[in-house]
Amino acid sequence: MNTPLGFALHFALVCLSLAYFAALFRLLKGPTIPDRIIVIDLVASATMGIILVFIVATGKTIYINVALVIALIVFMGNVAFAKYLKKTVEND
Amino acid sequence: MTEWIVSILIILGSLFMLVAALGIVRLHDVYMRMHAITKASSLSIVLFLLAVVVHQFSWGTLFGAFLVMLFIIATTPVASHMIAMVSHMMGIPMSKGAVIDELAEKQEEG
Repeated sequence: MNTPLGFALHFALVCLSLAYFAALFRLLKGPTIPDRIIVIDLVASATMGIILVFIVATGKTIYINVALVIALIVFMGNVAFAKYLKKTVEND
Repeated sequence: MTEWIVSILIILGSLFMLVAALGIVRLHDVYMRMHAITKASSLSIVLFLLAVVVHQFSWGTLFGAFLVMLFIIATTPVASHMIAMVSHMMGIPMSKGAVIDELAEKQEEG
């Protein structure tokens, strides 16, 4: 906490936790389905941010692969949800 | 010196993530929220990746960070455009202050 890097790491963790709470608020309140889908994006970004902060804090650079996999899976999830909703709209 | 650069990059990234969180709480309709999340959070991830590369430099880390950056920048706009298009098809209304809806105008023209 006394060094600039320690302060930056603590600050980053506080901001990322606030992002999780904001996502939870919108997930519970969001009036429509796409509101709830775009929350996935924010949660994934916050998780990747926490992993990258963890890499800077501990020096275990192998965990950058986790961020890579999360980036890929979130894209798949978003596209799958979009296709599903599109099909639901077209059938009505 | 390196420590200061890493700290500044991490603080900037956290501030962008905070802007995304503020945007998803405060903005009015789904299109505006998507605009806030997509750009701010991908920029924040890019800044965090730069911090990792500066702090723990090796060619493997640089390659991994470059791949993550490439995927984030290439896929986030595609996904958010698809979801925006679907929510327009579902007929989710824009907020009252919205001025222009080019997709609806195009559909009216045929």
